[in-house]
Amino acid sequence: MSASKLAGAVHFGATLSHGPLLSVRRAAILIALIAVYGVIPILGNDYWLNSLIIPTIVMGLAGLGLNLLMGYAGLMSLGSAAFMATGAFATFNLLLRLPFLPLPVVLLLSGLIAGLGGLIFGLPSLRIRGFYLSAPTLGAQFFLTWLFQTYHWFSNNSMSLVISAPRLEIFGYDLSSSRGRYLLVAVTAGFLLLLAHAIIRSRIGRDWMAIRDMEVAASVTGVPIARRKLQAYVVSSVFLGIAGALWAFAYLGTADSNTFSLDKSFQVLFIVLIGGSASLFGNFIGAAFIVLTPIVLDILVPVLGLDNYIDQGSIANIEPIIFGALIIFLLIKEPDGLASLFSRTIRALSIWPLRR
Amino acid sequence: MRFKRSLQTLAGVLAAASVGLSVPPAHAADHANEQLYPLFSYRTGPYAPAGIPQWGGIRDYFNYINSHGGIDGVKVLVQECETAYTLERAFECYERYKHGYQGAQVAALFDTSSGFDAAISDEARADKLPVVSVAGGREDAVDGAVFPYQFPVLFDYWTESSIVINYIAKQLGGLDKLKGQKIATVYHDSGYGRDTIEPLAILAKKYGFIDIEIPVADPGEQQQAQWQQIKQQGVNWVFLRAWGVMTPVAIKTAARVGFPSDHIIGDIWSGSEEDVKPAGSAAIGYKAVTVFPSGSNFAISQTLKKEIIDPGKSDLRDTSKFGSVYYNAGLVAAIIYSEAIHTGHEKFGNRPLTPAEGQWALEHLDITPERVAALGATGLLSPLKLSPEDHEGEPSAKIQQWDGHHWVVLTGWLNGDRALFHDAIFAKAAAYAKQKNLPPRTPVTN
Repeated sequence: MSASKLAGAVHFGATLSHGPLLSVRRAAILIALIAVYGVIPILGNDYWLNSLIIPTIVMGLAGLGLNLLMGYAGLMSLGSAAFMATGAFATFNLLLRLPFLPLPVVLLLSGLIAGLGGLIFGLPSLRIRGFYLSAPTLGAQFFLTWLFQTYHWFSNNSMSLVISAPRLEIFGYDLSSSRGRYLLVAVTAGFLLLLAHAIIRSRIGRDWMAIRDMEVAASVTGVPIARRKLQAYVVSSVFLGIAGALWAFAYLGTADSNTFSLDKSFQVLFIVLIGGSASLFGNFIGAAFIVLTPIVLDILVPVLGLDNYIDQGSIANIEPIIFGALIIFLLIKEPDGLASLFSRTIRALSIWPLRR
Repeated sequence: MRFKRSLQTLAGVLAAASVGLSVPPAHAADHANEQLYPLFSYRTGPYAPAGIPQWGGIRDYFNYINSHGGIDGVKVLVQECETAYTLERAFECYERYKHGYQGAQVAALFDTSSGFDAAISDEARADKLPVVSVAGGREDAVDGAVFPYQFPVLFDYWTESSIVINYIAKQLGGLDKLKGQKIATVYHDSGYGRDTIEPLAILAKKYGFIDIEIPVADPGEQQQAQWQQIKQQGVNWVFLRAWGVMTPVAIKTAARVGFPSDHIIGDIWSGSEEDVKPAGSAAIGYKAVTVFPSGSNFAISQTLKKEIIDPGKSDLRDTSKFGSVYYNAGLVAAIIYSEAIHTGHEKFGNRPLTPAEGQWALEHLDITPERVAALGATGLLSPLKLSPEDHEGEPSAKIQQWDGHHWVVLTGWLNGDRALFHDAIFAKAAAYAKQKNLPPRTPVTN
């Protein structure tokens, strides 16, 4: 992937403050804000909020967490789901055992606990590079899920091993309705996006990109490699931990360690690849693709009347084949991810009447 | 040009998505005279081999019912929703179908996985939608006063533990011979698998056998360590509570360490053809509990064979699965569903039922032995009577043995010692009500 293309992907956010007062980009962001915080919670019904929008945003957040590590710092991880699980189990235990803590504090603490996990499993990155880094993170995946499954203390000795949401409220407001959970997720995502944006434009973010592009050069120019790498793992895990907590409590309402299996780690990885490496917004597009495509395919079958011609068994098996083919098609057509398609479209639209 | 192409791609993606997500309401009420049966299937993923024959049984039975005009004239609309055995997809299916589909109402949701059954509990309560789990689900939900919308009908794993221990005692020549026996439970490390830890502890205390609990992590493709441990500790009997690929691996590994297959008694989800055939000759002699006896000699099976299987109308691709344990499991679920709807029709009239009416119907379901015979399901389905207080019925099961080609049923319907657990189970339900701060259901009868 060339540096110029990457610059294009970052471009979307980076030039935000330099454009004219009423640029298309600003208008788009304003419209997005109104849609996310005003229109969707009013218009969205249970099905849209619970099954489509909430999981998309939460998986987008998880993608964001991994993208900070992979896209910006150039480090590898196959253990995303393990850190999500850490966040989920931490939230459950904090809510259960320290009931006086308000929900935002619990979410933050859970993120930090997941971050601690990231720190520990990030240590090998000081000695191991490239693809080999997938081994210790894979270890995190297996070790952490094993830990939560084996020691029943983490699930409060519940025989079913299922941790279910003890209470979802903030300053006395009940958030357990689908609208409440949506707002919790959307507001958290908003804050984390701002935070991620700030981090990648700070010294830390620039150092990450320097390490990613050429570690030796970065080290020569005085970038503290070890510290920055560990910071990348910690920050990424904080994001993943919060995403995991939201996945368990704002989306499923329950979770066991199987919820955060290796499959989920791969899903997060695909979100980053399809959405666009080194992009913030792309994660949400990638998440929408990964979460919604199988559902759309499943709904299209009866709509197109295909179930009258093909038996259910074939349909169920054709759907993942089409899904896989779509992924390959997209990666060939848009190797920089859907984010680059999206920002090209926006850019083209902003000069549209003057160009043919 | 590049821009144009990307716009086209984007437009294409958006158009496909919006068609997919927005069209269903366009032709609402197409199926207003039908009763919706949402089928949360898994024809893909690791548990597909256990799923496919079940969906075959369910669809074939409804196909047969519909070809005779439906249940009291109300046709059943089966709407399948693929979950790949994941929670997320099952949740999406739940949201998609909880209010019905194109005018067809849901009277009761028959779920298809223990994990989903546990996870949907709170939401189904809020939506007031009855959720039925045939021979599965959380056992404390038998207390209809605490769980008005959950129905773990037909069987539970606590009773199963007691049936297995009673059967072992019979082989030894009496319950007093259990003392000092080493009985290991090898279980799938999940909510489903852990469910028998408590009842076995109670039974071990009562009869004096040594209770050894050995977990196997999902999916259970590696069990050398567990079976080595069983061999080393000199275990006499093994109660195998597996699911999916874990069963054949367990049977094969047992043979490798030299544990006799006829001293392993499998769970109801470890006793199908799909479980033993991959283990080959190692499985000969292996026993299992069953609530869905295999076979195609039941009267209803013969009718289905004539009207559905032979004319090629079956959902099964591979009709050799007809009469298998999982196929019959699907059949049993479909029969219970039809009988529940029929019970509702007797009170509310012959029309599609609402969830509230479905709940009433389930709580007054009474499939007597005579009714079972009239359905042609004698030997396939044990009589089932539910009430607002008891959402399970009288659990009973048979023990069967694999002879290398077929499952041979060894016993009649066994009941186990359900009374022994009554207090423990209802105490669990009460504790749940307290934890969740649930108001008592008044009146319990409705």
